[in-house]
Amino acid sequence: MSAQPEAKPPQVPQQQAQQAQQKQESSLSRKLNEMKTRLNVPVNVKVESERRATIEVDKSNLLAVAMALRSIGFDHVKTVTAIDYPETETFEVLYHVSSYTDFELAKTIVTLRTKVSYKDPTLPSLHPVWESAWTGERETYEMFGIRFEGHPDLRRLFLDEDFEGVYPMRKSYKVKTEGLFVDRPA
Amino acid sequence: MTAQPNVFTMDATQIDIVPIEGELNVGPQHPGSGHLRIYVKLNGDIIEKAELDVGYVHRSVEKLAEVRNYMHLIPLVERPAILDSIHMNLGYILALEKIMGVDVPDRAQYLRSLAAEINRIASHLYGTGILAVFLGHSTGFMWGFGDREVWVEVLQALTGARVTNSYIIPGGVRRDLTPTIKEMIEKAIRYQRKRIPEWKRIFLNNPNIRARLENVGVMSKEQAIAWGAVGPNLRGSGVYYDVRKFEPYAAYDRLDFEIPVYKEGDAYARVHVRFNEIEESMKIIEQIIKEIPQGNILSDRFFKQIPPTRLKKHYETHGKIVFPGYYASFRPPKGEAISRVEAARGELVYYLNSDGSPKPYRLRMVTPSYRTIYVFEQLAKGARYADLVAIYGSLDYFPPEADR
Repeated sequence: MSAQPEAKPPQVPQQQAQQAQQKQESSLSRKLNEMKTRLNVPVNVKVESERRATIEVDKSNLLAVAMALRSIGFDHVKTVTAIDYPETETFEVLYHVSSYTDFELAKTIVTLRTKVSYKDPTLPSLHPVWESAWTGERETYEMFGIRFEGHPDLRRLFLDEDFEGVYPMRKSYKVKTEGLFVDRPA
Repeated sequence: MTAQPNVFTMDATQIDIVPIEGELNVGPQHPGSGHLRIYVKLNGDIIEKAELDVGYVHRSVEKLAEVRNYMHLIPLVERPAILDSIHMNLGYILALEKIMGVDVPDRAQYLRSLAAEINRIASHLYGTGILAVFLGHSTGFMWGFGDREVWVEVLQALTGARVTNSYIIPGGVRRDLTPTIKEMIEKAIRYQRKRIPEWKRIFLNNPNIRARLENVGVMSKEQAIAWGAVGPNLRGSGVYYDVRKFEPYAAYDRLDFEIPVYKEGDAYARVHVRFNEIEESMKIIEQIIKEIPQGNILSDRFFKQIPPTRLKKHYETHGKIVFPGYYASFRPPKGEAISRVEAARGELVYYLNSDGSPKPYRLRMVTPSYRTIYVFEQLAKGARYADLVAIYGSLDYFPPEADR
């Protein structure tokens, strides 16, 4: 009994500090870090604020991470966004996910981002995980030509037949702009 | 020629039910509120599959964003939903302000909420009008558009335009509230309060309308979540979710209001959510008028750049902001931002990616109707063909908003 109190004092502030840190740490980052340790695949979790976080994954782990996110309460996809980077010949695909059921998670938007190359623009579809990805994935397919494997209805959505095989949201598709001419008195 | 059996003298067991299958095109010529073709596969009068052929009013906002300066994008992002343009404008500006790191003065925040709520009432009345005409209730259509006119006039007094107001600019709003507009708003609220019981009598409690809407297009809570429904459709299915509560923007964290939620999930519940929201919005507007703080309506950072002579001529006498030259082609820092607002039809999400040039590298605009496409297709499955328009109207699906 006499030896223990001597050993304790340095430990207690540490524990308190840890507890305080955990309290400060938002529930979002706690949940995401728990998920990360449980997942056992390399993911890069970055919590930007109480309301925003980004998870970068390789496309081979996309489905596993999406399943894990769903299991901790993220129940719908808000948007599916692709960005074209012609310099590196890659597309970046972003899923913005959030929750309706968990009121804490509903305050947050988590961005799940992954990259695909021009050579092999395919990704596993997240439709089996989140049904709400249906419209976003279909539009991303028609605008960028990124194939989502496993999507039940991967066809053009908004564009005309002329756009079959033409992907207008790629940076290589240029918009023709007209200049503005103003007649000035001579 | 064989004699036709007399159906009136037969008992039910003698009637052969011949399954009739076929396809029908609904639209694309304006089935109600914009161009959309619904490709319906029928079995008898049961819809086996409804496929939405969208894109008739596609404006390619996202592609055009790559060749427009940030300020020039404001009128463009409003176009997809002209009757809800304050929200379209607001969401975009919120994303832009996040990248630029601008603080907005309190008075401007209150004015943003004010304009947004007026727009919400106008949009809900429009949606109800469209639903009414879908159901053959043309009085409801006239009333919806007539009542909306009152609010659109208020918006015109405040912003200078009936629709596509371009009212919200980075750092604040364009015009200040005047005593005349305050009076107009108070009058409009008095009028609308008087009208709501009349609406209930002629529309909501009308046995015809109830028969067309009750237990039609029922969406369970689980379905609403899985399909990613938004706005009044989501709240009509028992999900408590409103961006104004979960991620308050503008002045909503300082305002007191309720979020109406109904458990039933049918078309009738969705209409009720909209009507309750009109009442809540009027409560919000009253609070804003009472509590709006004094002060500037544009962030100091931009306000200082307006030349003093122009300030005197326009701001001090008329309460109007003249754009400082900075807006012409500013370059926000590199970065990205996601913003969300609760537009009239539901959650509106913008993702903005800036590479430091005067034009966005990528703008992603996901509107409430865009997210309703999937909900609509799923909800129509298994419904009766006659209920298709009731489902369409009750979802308040607006094709230009979905196509962007």
